[in-house]
Amino acid sequence: MNTLIFDGTWDGMLSAVFEAYTRRWHLWNDENDIALLRPDAPRPLFADNVADVTTDPERSKRVWKALEQKMERAALSALTVSFLSEDTTMDTPTLRFIIKVIESRQKGFERNFADNDALAIVRTAKQVRYDAHRLLQFIRFQKAADGTYFAMTDPRHNVLPMILDHFTDRFADQHFIIYDHRRGYGYFYDGTEPRLITLPANLNHMATGWLPDEMLAPDERLFRRLWQTYFKAIAIKERTNPRKQRADMPVRYWRYLTEKN
Amino acid sequence: MTEATLAKLRVLAEAAKYDVSCSSSGTVRRNGSKDSVGNTVGGIGICHSFADDGRCVSLLKVMLTNFCIYDCAYCINRRSNDIARATLSVSELVELTMEFYRRNYIEGLFLSSGVVRNPDYTMERLVRVAKDLRTIQRFNGYIHLKSIPGCSRELVMEAGRYADRMSVNVEIPTENRLKYLAPEKNHQSVFAPMSYVRQGVLQAADDRKVMRHVPRFVPAGQSTQMVVGATADTDADILRMTAGLYATPTIRRVYYSGFINVNAYDSRLPMLKQPPLVREHRLYQADWLMRFYQFNVDEIADDANPLLDLELDPKTSWALRHPEFFPVDINKADYPTLLRVPGIGPKSATMIVNARRFRRLTTSHLKKIGVVLKRARYFITCGELSAPCVADTSPAYVRGCLLPRRRGEHPDQLTFDFGE
Ligand code: SF4
Repeated sequence: MNTLIFDGTWDGMLSAVFEAYTRRWHLWNDENDIALLRPDAPRPLFADNVADVTTDPERSKRVWKALEQKMERAALSALTVSFLSEDTTMDTPTLRFIIKVIESRQKGFERNFADNDALAIVRTAKQVRYDAHRLLQFIRFQKAADGTYFAMTDPRHNVLPMILDHFTDRFADQHFIIYDHRRGYGYFYDGTEPRLITLPANLNHMATGWLPDEMLAPDERLFRRLWQTYFKAIAIKERTNPRKQRADMPVRYWRYLTEKN
Repeated sequence: MTEATLAKLRVLAEAAKYDVSCSSSGTVRRNGSKDSVGNTVGGIGICHSFADDGRCVSLLKVMLTNFCIYDCAYCINRRSNDIARATLSVSELVELTMEFYRRNYIEGLFLSSGVVRNPDYTMERLVRVAKDLRTIQRFNGYIHLKSIPGCSRELVMEAGRYADRMSVNVEIPTENRLKYLAPEKNHQSVFAPMSYVRQGVLQAADDRKVMRHVPRFVPAGQSTQMVVGATADTDADILRMTAGLYATPTIRRVYYSGFINVNAYDSRLPMLKQPPLVREHRLYQADWLMRFYQFNVDEIADDANPLLDLELDPKTSWALRHPEFFPVDINKADYPTLLRVPGIGPKSATMIVNARRFRRLTTSHLKKIGVVLKRARYFITCGELSAPCVADTSPAYVRGCLLPRRRGEHPDQLTFDFGE
């Protein structure tokens, strides 16, 4: 088996494709003869040839250009969105998929849903988009005393960059922070350009996601209670359906939901 | 904004909760400005939460007041009921909407009202709320206004400039039954405001052809709702009304609301132990077939089959009534034909059409693509041995195979997957 080791970045992925071509590893007989791994992953048992990939923006640009020739815009975006999943089991399928696209004579290989890799890309992109959509739904801001709105999140995939646009457009006249608990970074928006920030993880409210009373705007508590009251009142008792509630709003999001705290 | 508001909000949300619609769908509008707030996303909209009954919470759905001079038999707010009543002021409603919106609790406001004094007086207040939100607060989020039955054309036209969506509920599909239960209403009082909105939308579209800046007019169109099970109306009655409404240019959604008898003392109403949720679910599926699967209403329910099958979804029921249509060849059939197969939806049909350009498809491909083979296998062929087709055996046999095995499926625990 031919094994490439890359640094886990998108540029690294595209450079790995370049590397595969230089070594002529793209001419496989069996598509299971090539693998792409990150440095910390255990090596496969039958890794005959192992090569390190040098991440090189020049090379990655050339591969991307080749992809742009062969793929529709929507498919290109599915490919990059799927990469935001941070799912390492997708590394090899992604490498193979890119090679298959470049090798295919006609355009449109990405719509070959009989191919496992093409299908996996679409599936993964769908999951990531779903995760992003869930943030649009379930982000809850707390208004702080200085007027900044603060939201803690815990998405499965690295989706903050995907949703930022939605919030800076929607709340253009409002200062806000959206923070990714798991990855320890967030964005601060003050009416100009959103800035990437990291906040000290050892603060209590960074651990819980809830600002302490003394940091809250004076009417924050009242609006929370108004929302909680509304949330209870709007349900029809005769139709109580916890199963559907949990299916559409999985319990893992409840931690930061105003109406569930 | 005080504790008193809290009590009023509780009363007026409870008063509004029987209205099914809460969707923020149908219009895409970016904010694009630094000194205004809000946008709308289109598509299916955004559900910000799911209430304890599993329903989507997208908008602040609330009544301006639940005082009412009318006496509709099915309504909790009818004047003969002795219940807590409250009224929110225009400024309270505006502030609640803005504060909830800025915290990402909601996509916007869905405002309705009981009728106080007269229809125009009430409608004027609703319009004031929408107007203040748009002009003073510079609010760009979603606004859905209910038209008050019997209000003037002028007010509807003004409302339409601020609202994304407007609605009037049909409630009962046959007019004599509507009048029986709601003596102050008739079809005219429902369809007149609907037609004002329609004219407004068409007018705005015409103006747009000659002028550049025409104010928006109800860009997300209209919706309406029918009660299911409060009268003897059949599914065919209901679905024919639906089909008629969808044939008009501005009706985007028809909602169905399983009847909950909140006024058990009224002898005009049927006694139901629980709301007819399975029937409601089947109506939504039928509605879906008409909107996305190119089904005609007569194919779903007609005088020979006035009621939908409660045990099987309407698409499967249709397939079992038409064994001659099957089997469908997966590698050859065109898209509309594929859509007719139980277990194949628009997504998998599209994927099949795409994938088969690269190779012949087998059942294992279909499975990966997401076709529900459990159902589809009686209706397809792909050149392999598969289950006996409905055309070779009998609809009754296939029906037996498709009925849910488990008895434990509680109708009140439906998960409402309209998927495939
Ligand atoms: S007019 Fe509306 S609020 Fe008044 S009783 Fe009838 S349905 Fe209820």
